[in-house]
Amino acid sequence: MKTLVPESVRSKAEASLARFLIRNAVPILFTVLCLVGSYYARLPLKFLLNDIIVRMARNSFLVISLIIPVLAGLGLNFGIVLGAMAGQIAVITVTYWEIGGIAGFLLSMLLALPYAILFGWLTGILFNRAKGKEMIAGLILGFFANGLYQLVFLFLVGTIIPFRNEYMLLSTGIGLRNTVNLKGIHYALDNLLKVGVMGLNIPVATFASIVLLCLAIRFLFKTKLGQEFRSVGQNRYVAEVSGINVDRVRIIAVIFSTVLAAWGQLIFLQNIGTLNTYGSHVQVGTFAVAALLIGGATVSRATVGQALLGTFLFHLLFIISPLAGKNMMGSAQVGEYFRVFVAYGVIGVALALHAWQNITKKS
Amino acid sequence: MDEQYLLEIKNVSKEFFGNRVLKDVNLAVAPGKIHSLVGENGAGKSTLMNILFGMPVIHNTGGFSGEIWFDGKKVDIRSPEDAMNLGIGMVHQEFMLIPGFTITENIKLNREQTKHNLVSRVFGAKMKSLDFKLMRADARAALDVLGLTIDEMLPVAGLPVGYMQLIEIAREIDKRNVRLLVFDEPTAVLTEVEAQTLINAMRMLAEKGVSILFITHRLEEVLEVSEEITVLRDGEVVASLRAADATVERLAELMVGRKVEKVSLGRETQGITGSGRQVILELENLHVRMPGETVRGISMEVYKGEILGIGGLAGQGKLGIANGIMGLYPAEGRVVKEGKVVQMNNPASALANGLGFLSEDRRGVGLLLDQSIEFNIAITAVHCQDKFVKALCGVKLIDTKAITEHARRMIREVDIRCTGPQQLVRRLSGGNQQKVCIARALTLEPDVLFVSEPTRGIDVGAKRIVLELLVRLNRELGMTIVVTSSELAELRAICDRIAIVYRGRLEGILSPDASDREFGLMMTGEKPGRREVS
Amino acid sequence: MEQRRTQFGLNIPALVQSAGYPRLIITAFLLALMVYAAVLGLPIGQLVSSILVRFGMNAILVLAMIPSIQSGTGPNFGISLGIVCGLVAATLSIELDLVGLTAFFFAVAVSAILGSLVGYVYGLLLNRVKGQEMTVGTYTGFSIVSLMCVFWLMAPYKSPEMIWPYGGEGLRVTITLQNRFDKVLNELLAFDIVGVRVPTGLLIFLAICCALMWVFLRTKTGMAMLAVGSNPRFAASSGINVDKFRLVGTVLSTALGAVGIVVYAQSYGFLQLYTAPLYMPFFAVASILIGGASIKHATIVQALVGTFLFQALLVVALPVANEAIANNLSEVIRIILSNGMILYALTRKEAGGDLG
Repeated sequence: MKTLVPESVRSKAEASLARFLIRNAVPILFTVLCLVGSYYARLPLKFLLNDIIVRMARNSFLVISLIIPVLAGLGLNFGIVLGAMAGQIAVITVTYWEIGGIAGFLLSMLLALPYAILFGWLTGILFNRAKGKEMIAGLILGFFANGLYQLVFLFLVGTIIPFRNEYMLLSTGIGLRNTVNLKGIHYALDNLLKVGVMGLNIPVATFASIVLLCLAIRFLFKTKLGQEFRSVGQNRYVAEVSGINVDRVRIIAVIFSTVLAAWGQLIFLQNIGTLNTYGSHVQVGTFAVAALLIGGATVSRATVGQALLGTFLFHLLFIISPLAGKNMMGSAQVGEYFRVFVAYGVIGVALALHAWQNITKKS
Repeated sequence: MDEQYLLEIKNVSKEFFGNRVLKDVNLAVAPGKIHSLVGENGAGKSTLMNILFGMPVIHNTGGFSGEIWFDGKKVDIRSPEDAMNLGIGMVHQEFMLIPGFTITENIKLNREQTKHNLVSRVFGAKMKSLDFKLMRADARAALDVLGLTIDEMLPVAGLPVGYMQLIEIAREIDKRNVRLLVFDEPTAVLTEVEAQTLINAMRMLAEKGVSILFITHRLEEVLEVSEEITVLRDGEVVASLRAADATVERLAELMVGRKVEKVSLGRETQGITGSGRQVILELENLHVRMPGETVRGISMEVYKGEILGIGGLAGQGKLGIANGIMGLYPAEGRVVKEGKVVQMNNPASALANGLGFLSEDRRGVGLLLDQSIEFNIAITAVHCQDKFVKALCGVKLIDTKAITEHARRMIREVDIRCTGPQQLVRRLSGGNQQKVCIARALTLEPDVLFVSEPTRGIDVGAKRIVLELLVRLNRELGMTIVVTSSELAELRAICDRIAIVYRGRLEGILSPDASDREFGLMMTGEKPGRREVS
Repeated sequence: MEQRRTQFGLNIPALVQSAGYPRLIITAFLLALMVYAAVLGLPIGQLVSSILVRFGMNAILVLAMIPSIQSGTGPNFGISLGIVCGLVAATLSIELDLVGLTAFFFAVAVSAILGSLVGYVYGLLLNRVKGQEMTVGTYTGFSIVSLMCVFWLMAPYKSPEMIWPYGGEGLRVTITLQNRFDKVLNELLAFDIVGVRVPTGLLIFLAICCALMWVFLRTKTGMAMLAVGSNPRFAASSGINVDKFRLVGTVLSTALGAVGIVVYAQSYGFLQLYTAPLYMPFFAVASILIGGASIKHATIVQALVGTFLFQALLVVALPVANEAIANNLSEVIRIILSNGMILYALTRKEAGGDLG
């Protein structure tokens, strides 16, 4: 920055190769990590593949739900924790009503919708008041909402909120149990259409819904609204001057994300089959964000492909790291802590890189 | 004249908080004609445009008086949308383009062509698909009007500046109903060649029947392109003439005008004339990269004990000089203070060499708004000169008592109106904030004080006080002062010599008594002759 | 510098303004809880004692926020970096078989040194991510805490007090300090007065920390740091090296965080390893914000007031909640209150508006 003489332009080919490597450094690094880890984990391939299919099916939706806010310039929406809560509220209601099967699952999707829209709307308003600090605000909002959620389900359920179901309540009759069995909707979507190919179980309906979502996102970004998301994401000021209601567009983006996260959490839960009442949603934001970033997305750029690749790599790492840790370091726990470190670390590095790029861009 | 006008501005006046910025302005633009509006910074051009576009800033400050007629009808423009609907468009000085988008997307921004699909029939127009075919065709048509052959699907990022400007124009053209286009200093950032393309485009538009209101400083361009010229000075129309009757000299003279009111402290020059004068500061080929105020190689000398003015129009680089010398923006070149080289890009070195600075960005750079007056006054001296510092067992403690005492004295001396040295600076008026800046600079006891835009954002009464204070510092303390200001009048009131900067270079140095025409010509770069006053 | 010497007699609106609504509401709530506790017949003396202890043990961690806020890096969400340094120092003192005040001061000294070193590196990072310190800090903290989990598993410590008795992996999750420096400060010169046990040593140690901080903010370095935090462009134009003084703020903050956890642990009686430090930064940040600080401005008084209000509320709320409603409510209140307070501070319009 010291010199005023324009720097000589490097050769284009060299620059573009370097750019390709830099842009994809994260997925490349994690692919290598996964390969090395898989080697040391010494897991049978079929087991590995089956496991990864299950995990892809249950997590992809959540990761994709992050894309819209990224493109609308809000960064990584840590507030999807609220969407997950909306999903859990719906699932608890459906379980309470004892409606199972695909009907119960579809009903829970419907029920989650109003909650998710409300939460998304409130989150959007908050983000508009904390422009430029959306990510930290979303993170803290997740903690805050978790407190309220606990207040409701630990202390209000069974007291103020009429709720009588001894299988779901704690022995005191107040507050929900730590785990709720979701046998009603367990595998409701996964088992709708399950195909076995060469010993691999593929939940076709679940994957179909993910594909549908990907297509819907693609479609969305070819509409007027999608164009508004992109305009706002690229430059708030220019968008405003062109007559786009920036605040409103941002709120809509957050609502979309929250609703998708709610449904994503439902897909997740119908696969798991038990609701960890006070824990299932807590790490949703962190893990989804980490997966997206590992796929090569940044705070301001994300694609469906990156989301899927990231989900694949992140969960592959999740499966192999305890065993790899055990075989390499003699301790499975090392692997477990290591993968948590990776989740947090990749987010930290991505955020730092983003902030650093912003600074160098300015000067 | 019985000519039918497209736009008529009749007797428009506007006051901001009792400060009259426009007075009975009349202006008329005929269909398909290019009308130029020239004037110095602060002459009222932008206020007039804000009125024309119904900007909120006008309506939030009590509106304006007078009438605007458009296409033979009296109109009431309450918002930019109203103006747009009438067919009034604006090409901005800064680019309103999204770099990551293609040219087509930028031209059609928020006016995209859409078509229905299954989803949109249920969920409404927002879900309509973009019709890229139609959008491309529109963009192509608009670009064709300007004679641009560039591919409309290229991203805007990386295009030359001149193209960006043309794409903005294409966007305005694409607004089908556009009848009047305002060009707000469009050539300021362009190279000569690019400017020429732009001017050709303007001509082409005019031929197609679009009226153009051209705001600019480049007088030659004005003469070249326009039919009618209106000159604005101090919020009044001082002349309305046909281009055929105008010359560059005459325009320059009209623009600047004599409006000098000498500060009455007497201007005995202190040995700055004749051969006995001493050079205190020497600039050699100074380049400064300050966005919007780039300095492109200035060499000059500052004499001991003088008040040197640096003038010029906005964006020409005059502000970059002091900022560069003080190390606040990346700079190259050589600055020598009384034989010692001042390190570039190092504020500490500039301060250590006895240079002081009052920034034009008072609230952004000049003050700690949320700290007390005494903190503001003392901090720089504490840091750079270890003033008000007492060492205790090797720990450099602040002598708060001494600071408060010093602040009290300063408050008295430069007459800061406040409740006491502990008051937060944010609570002070603009004039008093400026005095805090001055007090801070004085605490450093500099040999040369750079002052940028000393009266910007200060009300009329306080302006005079600030200027008088500067003169007093010069006379009583013998401090050399370099004032940079957009207001030529105030430079002429207090300076011994005035350097005029144009396009980042020194255009010339004039005596404050030089004629309006000389100033006008130099400021608009029409006379490259370099003349020293002795 | 004294910022706001407001000259009010008994000007109620001004009083409300200077205290701020959040603090008034919390104080009122606290008083109501106190009265309720008295009605329920809870031992007020014990409550006050434990308020004093918890105030003293948390205050230094909150004090650590001051240099980071004042140097312009915002509340230090990465204070867990300091916390793990403190834990390493404390475990080291056990490994070296130190006891009593020696162990404590050894841990304090080592933690300060480790904290400064780590803070320096962390500060270099923060200087590269200006404007995003809070988010980056949070995740740096998270990652280091989880990385340290691996360290606790593999650390080559031998002391039987720290490792699992029957050949488990790594260090225990909680290590008791009973025979080490449990409450060495709390009980130093402690005395009883009207049923309240005053942890004199703890409060003196805190007072010394506050005094040092007070002095630091009045040194040439402290003043330059303040200028950097208030307006970096101003500071640069005054010849102050912005990055350097941001670094000073981060180093101090991290070191204080390290010392803070040692003080916390001696009072608590246990060292909590592994994921325990994960959410500690949020409570420290919330405390100073409750005291009336903003993400750009904080004073020692705000840190103390905030810690006091926050801890008092929790201490009183716990037994009251147990008596009246259900257990665990205190923890929930802690989460809602602290995160709500941070959200409030994040969305507060600050720039441009006149402060308090």
